[in-house]
Amino acid sequence: MSKILIRGAKVLGGDVQDVLIDGETIAAVGSGLDAGDATVVDAEGQILLPGLVDLHTHLREPGREDSETVLTGTQAAARGGFTSVFAMANTFPVADTAGVVEQVWRLGKESGYCDVQPIGAVTVGLEGKKLSELGAMHDSAAGVTVFSDDGKCVDDAVIMRRALEYVKAFGGVVAQHAQEPRLTEGAQMNEGVVSAELGLGGWPAVAEESIIARDVLLAEHVGSRVHICHLSTAGSVEIVRWAKSRGIDVTAEVTPHHLLLTDELVRSYNPVYKVNPPLRTEKDVMALREALADGTIDIVATDHAPHPHEDKDCEWAAAAMGMVGLETALSVVQHTMVETGLLDWAGVADRMSHKPAEIGRATGHGRPVSAGEPANLTLVDPAYRGEVNPAGFASRSRNTPYEGRELPGRITHTFLRGRATVVDGKLA
Amino acid sequence: MDTQHPQNQQDPAHPDAARPVLEGPDIARVLTRIAHEIVERAKGADDVVLLGIPTRGVFLAERLAVKLEEITGRKTPVGSLDITMYRDDLRMKPARALGRTEIPGDGIDGRLVVLVDDVLFSGRTIRAALDALGDIGRPRAVQLAVLVDRGHRELPIRADYVGKNLPTSLRETVKVQLAEEDGRDAVLLGVKQTAPAGEQ
Amino acid sequence: MMRHLISAADLTRDDAVLVLDTAEEMARVSDRPIKKLPALRGRTICNLFFEDSTRTRISFEAAEKRLSADVINFAAKGSSVSKGESLKDTAQTLEAMGVDAVVIRHSASGAPYRLATSGWIDAPVINAGDGTHQHPTQALLDAFTMRRRLVGKDALGQDLAGKRITLVGDVLHSRVARSNVDLLHTLGAEVTLVAPPTLLPVGVEHWTCDVSYDLDAVLPKSDAVMMLRVQRERMNAAFFPTEREYSRRYGLDGDRMAKMPEHGIVMHPGPMVRGMEITAEVADSDRCTVVEQVANGVHTRMAVLYLLLGGNEPAVSHARPTDSENK
Repeated sequence: MSKILIRGAKVLGGDVQDVLIDGETIAAVGSGLDAGDATVVDAEGQILLPGLVDLHTHLREPGREDSETVLTGTQAAARGGFTSVFAMANTFPVADTAGVVEQVWRLGKESGYCDVQPIGAVTVGLEGKKLSELGAMHDSAAGVTVFSDDGKCVDDAVIMRRALEYVKAFGGVVAQHAQEPRLTEGAQMNEGVVSAELGLGGWPAVAEESIIARDVLLAEHVGSRVHICHLSTAGSVEIVRWAKSRGIDVTAEVTPHHLLLTDELVRSYNPVYKVNPPLRTEKDVMALREALADGTIDIVATDHAPHPHEDKDCEWAAAAMGMVGLETALSVVQHTMVETGLLDWAGVADRMSHKPAEIGRATGHGRPVSAGEPANLTLVDPAYRGEVNPAGFASRSRNTPYEGRELPGRITHTFLRGRATVVDGKLA
Repeated sequence: MDTQHPQNQQDPAHPDAARPVLEGPDIARVLTRIAHEIVERAKGADDVVLLGIPTRGVFLAERLAVKLEEITGRKTPVGSLDITMYRDDLRMKPARALGRTEIPGDGIDGRLVVLVDDVLFSGRTIRAALDALGDIGRPRAVQLAVLVDRGHRELPIRADYVGKNLPTSLRETVKVQLAEEDGRDAVLLGVKQTAPAGEQ
Repeated sequence: MMRHLISAADLTRDDAVLVLDTAEEMARVSDRPIKKLPALRGRTICNLFFEDSTRTRISFEAAEKRLSADVINFAAKGSSVSKGESLKDTAQTLEAMGVDAVVIRHSASGAPYRLATSGWIDAPVINAGDGTHQHPTQALLDAFTMRRRLVGKDALGQDLAGKRITLVGDVLHSRVARSNVDLLHTLGAEVTLVAPPTLLPVGVEHWTCDVSYDLDAVLPKSDAVMMLRVQRERMNAAFFPTEREYSRRYGLDGDRMAKMPEHGIVMHPGPMVRGMEITAEVADSDRCTVVEQVANGVHTRMAVLYLLLGGNEPAVSHARPTDSENK
């Protein structure tokens, strides 16, 4: 592999440095590095971050290749600055056996745009009744460490307890989609003032908070770690904060859309805003931003959920839940966290690369930008301003809530183990 | 209000600058004459029903009813006939609020209906009124009484009783004011502020 | 008025009064031997019903036919939510056939709004009830009935200022309640909702009305009481323990009705569940306006259709009849 010299980037938003990549690793970091025979990337004014890691992506393959494939999903990830994504288990068939997770893992290897780490289902068929062969998935070539029934909640307290306990044997973690099912039957949006007016079935905050409260107590009781997917309410933040203060081994994620959008948007009845957990209120958004800043919420995860056009081009009740997010995630975080002064770029690197890699045990990702580390890097032009245009997405789906919205920042380059996957904003 | 411009009131094309061609006493006199003509032509007017076309036609019909009672000593049924939904230009403007249709208790079947309106111009209103009548009943005959006939007919319609024939140009406006609606009785002849090319 | 009628909340006070005044004129047509007006001659209206509702469909159909519109009835029973695409496809198919307006009933809240704003079709959309969201023509016909009974038969130009209206029953699942709260507030009435707390939505405290759990306390201060339908299946979902207990606390019987002021009326959007929410004695009394509401529904819908479709654009609510134009 050839050499690449990234010239004049602000590393983690700090000092201007040159970064020399040799083969798959960072060879040197310093100022005035000699280019030699290296290809030079002029990065003046740009921010250099470790390659982003998404602990929560739906790649849809196998089963729903009409909305996304591992290839298109990882291309979207690369364009979003990601070098590693965790692929959720709710595919068809469900990723609840070593066979399925190995298939996804292999497809990821073949794509070459981004490392794909499959997530295994906690229970067979995501039905919440019987544990999947968690150990077999861990021992497979895919080496699964994160288990989740995402899309569905592991609502049976005994099953949840057993899963938390069982994965301790191999350092796994259960990522819970916190949604009390009985409280959310027929739920269409956040339950509150807007749902009352719109006549849409309510998804109350308590349905999320009650499960989180239960699960952090279970984790404490059995001495396991637990990860909470997509926190969406101020109450959930309070519970996680309390749990951490007690020393419970809990980590939590927030999606970019929950950092920006509120349920007021549902007044348009446009299903592009239909997502699970639902968009909440302004108060929740502010609490989530604050929690991400102070570390109560550990990471940003996209919950990238592609859906074909026809599943959104319909009446609200008939529409699928979810939004694509890989290609807009960093822009939304820059807009909501960096430009508001809540987080600096080093903080962004922590919440979007270092911590998620640590939670998911993604080896080689989320590492410091220093000599000898794997060259998983992304370059951001923070001064860029532009309207989101889904037509330019690499993702096979276009269900973004940001169409036409001006967001800051743009990924110019992404490097996966020294190889450029994105050059000048375009797939390499 | 300080935003009002006094020069507006001096504008010769402003409706306030319109010239009265009939004043209150003239209007009372011509209504009396029309009432006499109705009695004469309707041979006592004992089967007459007066139907005014909203808004001002209704007031004229009511005034005629009073005059007819003075002459004949009998009450003449009087009502109103809204023609909005029968207009041939319904689709050319925003939907219009409806006027009142009030048919006297005994109906119009077999009666002599006298339609009453303030100004007869293109004749289209009267055409619409004839259609509206058809949905309400079958009069013995229909006649038309107007306060002013300003000419320019676009349909083969003429009035049976005319208060005043007023030759006008298409650039002129005729405005009837009645005490019930406008606080005073008058017929005003003015000039259109801007005449669209189509009406030249 | 707006081009579409999606929500009662979209109507200004003047818009609403214009509809009621126009409905008064439409009501007079039904006393004539020929109950027909030419206002919508040559216009095609499609009644697009994704949910069974014979009453509402027939009411719209009668209104459309009395205004001389051509009517296409399209019933797509039970196909709505399972096949989401069908709404868009169906609407586009109808528009391709030259439909000038769509009257839509749908089990999904927001379906009419979506139809009107998604760019799928150009035709004006009239909401004939969507999910648990809105049913604006029902609110208008209720307001018309109230104005006739409580203000006067020919109360042109007047609203319902100061009238005290009580809505009783399943507010949570009721589009009628939402539409009525919006419209009655706009018309100056004071609205009180009475229901068991389980049948009130979270967030109701932000509505422009009062809330009470005690029917007996509210009745003496009610000029009109509107009983909302309670579906029997709600009992199984633990919204209340038994039918008997519901009736005892929130049902309207003769004794309760006697607590209302002399002039007070009892309304119901129909169909009534006799015995549970309203006793036969009340339903059949002179104070009960259920049959009148049905008749008024036709007049009110005629008014809405005329004002939205009668001209080249919807009526301007301040327009009064003028006689200076094109004599």
